[in-house]
Amino acid sequence: MTRAQPLIQARGLVKRFGDFTAVDGIDVEVRSGEAFGFLGPNGAGKSSTMRMVGCISPPSGGELRILGMDPVRDGPAIRARLGVCPQLDNLDPELTVRENLTTYARYFGIPRRTARARAAELLDFVQLSERADSKVEPLSGGMKRRLTIARALVNEPEIVLLDEPTTGLDPQARHLVWERLFRLKQQGVTLVLTTHYMDEAEQLCDRLVVMDGGRIVAEGSPRALIERHSTREVVELRFAAESQEAFAGKLDGLGERVEVLPDRILLYVADGDAAVAEVGALGLTPANVLVRRSSLEDVFLHLTGRTLVD
Amino acid sequence: MVTLVLPRLLDVSGASRRSGSVVERNVAALKSVYWLLLVSGFVEPLLYLLSIGVGVGALVGDLTLPGGELVTYAAFVAPAMLASSAMTGALAETTFNFFGKMKYMKLYDGVIATPVRPFEIALGELAWAMLRGSAYSAAFLAVMVLMDLTTVARALVAFPAAVLVGFAFGALGMMLSTFMRSWQDFDLMGSAQFTLFLFSGTFVPAEAYPSLLRWVVEVTPLYRAVHLIRGISVGTAGWSWLPDVLYLLVVLTLGLLVASRRMGRLLYK
Repeated sequence: MTRAQPLIQARGLVKRFGDFTAVDGIDVEVRSGEAFGFLGPNGAGKSSTMRMVGCISPPSGGELRILGMDPVRDGPAIRARLGVCPQLDNLDPELTVRENLTTYARYFGIPRRTARARAAELLDFVQLSERADSKVEPLSGGMKRRLTIARALVNEPEIVLLDEPTTGLDPQARHLVWERLFRLKQQGVTLVLTTHYMDEAEQLCDRLVVMDGGRIVAEGSPRALIERHSTREVVELRFAAESQEAFAGKLDGLGERVEVLPDRILLYVADGDAAVAEVGALGLTPANVLVRRSSLEDVFLHLTGRTLVD
Repeated sequence: MVTLVLPRLLDVSGASRRSGSVVERNVAALKSVYWLLLVSGFVEPLLYLLSIGVGVGALVGDLTLPGGELVTYAAFVAPAMLASSAMTGALAETTFNFFGKMKYMKLYDGVIATPVRPFEIALGELAWAMLRGSAYSAAFLAVMVLMDLTTVARALVAFPAAVLVGFAFGALGMMLSTFMRSWQDFDLMGSAQFTLFLFSGTFVPAEAYPSLLRWVVEVTPLYRAVHLIRGISVGTAGWSWLPDVLYLLVVLTLGLLVASRRMGRLLYK
């Protein structure tokens, strides 16, 4: 396999569950050493895609090659070189923290001695050495997550698949996970992750796709996506009056786009300070003004809408 | 030829290694409470043997087998208890425990993300179940020899037969577990198991039943198992063990194949 060949290549990839189409013909390429993100609201098809890439869910259509192999025919050979951190921790509750790693290593055919050494190393890496002989049950959510990540690394995988690695974690735990993932990336491990946290995608991903309703609606680096789908800056105006709507009309034509929310008005503009000055010139006096850089969240909400999806 | 056969041979060794890793996991999970469970599985058939075999046997007197041999009632019942305990031990592991691991513990959801395949999980779990079933059988055979219900030589032949019985029921149980929807379904299976236990020529020779019922009884797996082991332990086997062994081998193969297929469909969603 040449270096230039993508590690993961999907063309027109489809996943159906009965009548429901979870993944509706996506094209994805993940190259060696990059951190690639699938971003999208719940039900966008991220997890279904990850399961197909993890060779534990046969595609319903399209083409999928992982490490140059066919996931249906060469499943075991591919899985031997993948590390998987599923959305829901499926650690072995009957084993200790350490045994969870050594036993998992044995599934990969790793010799016992190597397995023990690697378990110790990984427990250190995810800062769980002190809990090595504890059962899994009493661990906190963050600890279980870290253990699941450690377990995904036990076979020294070339690609690590992380399905919502920090969902449900407190800020400290999230930052610890991010930091460990960043270190993996520095070691040259290819990371593929799903998330609906924009800061996570901005922090970790070199490149990402935004998914919605089983399709890819945007693709690129976080920076490029912001440039393409949003403005450089966003001005948030809060007016004292109950309805922001009353003021919205007066702001028409200011910046590229005006969005009215129940509690504030967002102006998508190139120059925030200049826009604030213009608002003042119109004789409007908002109770609160905030100028910030446009974030991936703005892109995300713009592309996938603000309606709640469950 | 070499290029054709070699990868397949490697695959067989890889598959057995991966099945072995599933057994290893169970060894690691083995905790002290489990030993109590193990003991109960051994004590139960022993209690039946003592209460019915010896106790009721004193009232029943000796029995003439179809082949003309005269045996004590205890010697008649003991091999049936051995066959049922091999069945019970294997079923306990491949039904309750296996179902719990698959459906509630989500254990295999983690395992399938590794090179281990459903067939290898099934084989590993079955091998593990058999370690337990075989321990019961060995202990029970020792008791039979001590109580003079069989000879050492016959017990040595009966042991692998009991292991085969365990394997067949283990595979059958695993297959049924993949069709179970909830714990309630196991009540049905428990009733079926008890019915088999009562009517498989265990306490009464099948020849005593009306001919239609006798036919039904004779195709059930526990009857074949009892027939096989009784034949060995009282020494009337002849060639009549062959259909029993073939029957159990078919049950084993079929159970294992269907179980692993079903597991694949349940896990690879």
